[in-house]
Amino acid sequence: MNSSLRLRAGLVSIALLAAFLGIWHLATRSTAPVATMSPEYAKLMGLTATQGKSAMPGPLDVGAKLWEHLKRPFYDNGPNDKGLGIQLAYSIARVGTGYLLAVLVAIPLGFLIGMSPLLSKALDPFIQVLKPISPLAWMPLALYTIKDSSVSAIFVIFICSIWPMLLNTVFGVASVRKEWINVARTLEVGTVRRAFTVILPAAAPTILTGMRISIGIAWLVIVAAEMLVGGTGIGYFVWNEWNNLSITNVIIAILLIGIVGMLLDQILARFTRMVTFPE
Amino acid sequence: MSTFDNPFDPDRNLRAGCVCGQHQSAAEHEQATALRCDPVESEEKRYEGVVASAVMRAMFPQDVARRAFLKSVGASTALAALSQFFPLKTATEVFAQAGAPEKKDLKVGFIPITCATPIIMAAPMGFYAKHGLNVEVVKTAGWAVIRDKTINKEYDAAHMLAPMPIAISLGLGANAIPFAVPAIENINGQGIVLATKHKDKRDPKDWKGLKFAIPFDYSMHNYLLRYYLAEHGLDPDTDVQLRSVPPPEMVANLRADNIDGFLAPDNICQRAIYDGVGFMHLLSKEIWDGHPCCSFAASREFITAAPNSFAALTRAIVDATAYASKAENRKQIAEAIAPANYINAPVTVLEQVLTGTYADGLGGVKTDAKRVDFDPFPWQSFAVWMLTQMKRWGQIKGDVDYKAVAEQVYLATDTKKLMTEMGLSPPASSYKSFAVMGKNFDPAKPEDYVASFKIRKQS
Repeated sequence: MNSSLRLRAGLVSIALLAAFLGIWHLATRSTAPVATMSPEYAKLMGLTATQGKSAMPGPLDVGAKLWEHLKRPFYDNGPNDKGLGIQLAYSIARVGTGYLLAVLVAIPLGFLIGMSPLLSKALDPFIQVLKPISPLAWMPLALYTIKDSSVSAIFVIFICSIWPMLLNTVFGVASVRKEWINVARTLEVGTVRRAFTVILPAAAPTILTGMRISIGIAWLVIVAAEMLVGGTGIGYFVWNEWNNLSITNVIIAILLIGIVGMLLDQILARFTRMVTFPE
Repeated sequence: MSTFDNPFDPDRNLRAGCVCGQHQSAAEHEQATALRCDPVESEEKRYEGVVASAVMRAMFPQDVARRAFLKSVGASTALAALSQFFPLKTATEVFAQAGAPEKKDLKVGFIPITCATPIIMAAPMGFYAKHGLNVEVVKTAGWAVIRDKTINKEYDAAHMLAPMPIAISLGLGANAIPFAVPAIENINGQGIVLATKHKDKRDPKDWKGLKFAIPFDYSMHNYLLRYYLAEHGLDPDTDVQLRSVPPPEMVANLRADNIDGFLAPDNICQRAIYDGVGFMHLLSKEIWDGHPCCSFAASREFITAAPNSFAALTRAIVDATAYASKAENRKQIAEAIAPANYINAPVTVLEQVLTGTYADGLGGVKTDAKRVDFDPFPWQSFAVWMLTQMKRWGQIKGDVDYKAVAEQVYLATDTKKLMTEMGLSPPASSYKSFAVMGKNFDPAKPEDYVASFKIRKQS
């Protein structure tokens, strides 16, 4: 029963993909009317103008280009032109650094805030104001004060991915069942030991959920930050290809950004399952 | 330029040759190398060559006479004879000491447009290497970012719009940090492109209410477009909308009908035509023939900290600019700067921009060899003109000492000295008057010039 459901779902997925690719292919195949032009003039013009080729590439173009990229993902033609594998590695390294820093700050801080109702109330307005700020709004400020573009990018990841973790940690720690804490108190367990043996395991699933939201945000942010700062990374790749109006490469980058984002999310989802407990 | 060739080779023409100086002629150089050549001689040897070249040039202003002399006595005799009465060794040492750069590994930022041609091509074509530098040219996302990265010292020097170093030095739109311009990159090479649907609206008087894009507030593009509109009776602040849009977004916006046209740097103009979304209304050259556009800029701090690196950079840029100014080299340059590592654009587009034979977007092929040109000399009168426009459009409030600012930012005197050393002939004066749309500009009377415009921002 279960396996047949999975099979059917898979079939529907494939059918949807095929339908999507088919429609895409048909939609981009259309040829607009072409104005007649002298061959001398046509030689100086692009395919969109001379053959009425759609400005949007079809799935076949994208597939061919993707294959080209996959064949040599790690080429290095100088500082401004590197393979997709290298660009992704740069982005992942930046996200990893900013995100780990955020984890190191958010979880201990969230613990403290969560265990103290006073702090929790006092800091709440600040967190609420800082939380919804877009990464791009931080960028000029970061560039101006930090004076280093790669550190700025990491800072922006840090500042944007810290809030969901912090809030979830606070929430998880604050909503540990009173009975469990009372039992610990009765058994005269010290504060530190109580935090590690009772509160942490109890709050872990909520904290991990916060971390999962954060990694998603960090990955969203990096593309925007790299488009702005440039140099290296998948965001820079998007910008560079956009500069050349190469929509094919932009679509490939979008696809890869999606896949890497999904993988990062799956890793955190696995961790979440490991710490979940039945009540 | 053949600064680095053996000056004692009778077959060598001292005043022409290939870029890298290892080949007898540009044609042979092209044959032997695929756009790249690494100097193989040691540094000392190269400096010796430079000094000897200079001495030989001074002794024999006529190339024919030098060749005849060398043919008759032979190179080694000539060298010995020359050393007799001219201390070649000492001179070389002095020259090398003066020339040894404090910092060899430099980073130079650029925006991927054809204005940056000399800065970009100097990397793949070996001009930086020739002057003893190891330069990494880094593509940058926009003017504000290139400004911030240069101020932050992530870049040692950068490609900037010609008015930007003035604006930065004056503290307009940023903290005041003294910047300097040793060389202009390109002259001309911009254009007004309109969406194809406006092909019957060629008279600017009909442009009321249209939306135009410019690359940056402190750009020649902004000032030229405003000037052009105002000359046709439109107030650029009230009659049309001007938006600052990064060049690559301009073509996409034009296609999406968000803007009606733009005055943009090239390869963007030609790209809009190439993709069939717009047509060339006017080359910027028709507004002001010989106007500067982009500059090569560095902070005063860098110049003081590493004067020799700065001088070597300037020499490399001047050298590359001189090479780019020759029409016969343009095709080769287009190929060198087109790859993804540099401008990242179709070669056809860059060729049309650089050679000046281009499709106009209305079905015609036009030719204008001076569509873009390269001339490194940083005329201080250019700076004065930009200041008058900043004043005219309210970017500068209050009084400004035009001459002092121009002389502080545009290093005409230093560049003149450097160009003379390199055997080029710079102009004698740092000021020249010129005409913009038929109206004469006298750099000695900037205040009167500002006051002479009817349409300007009222302060």
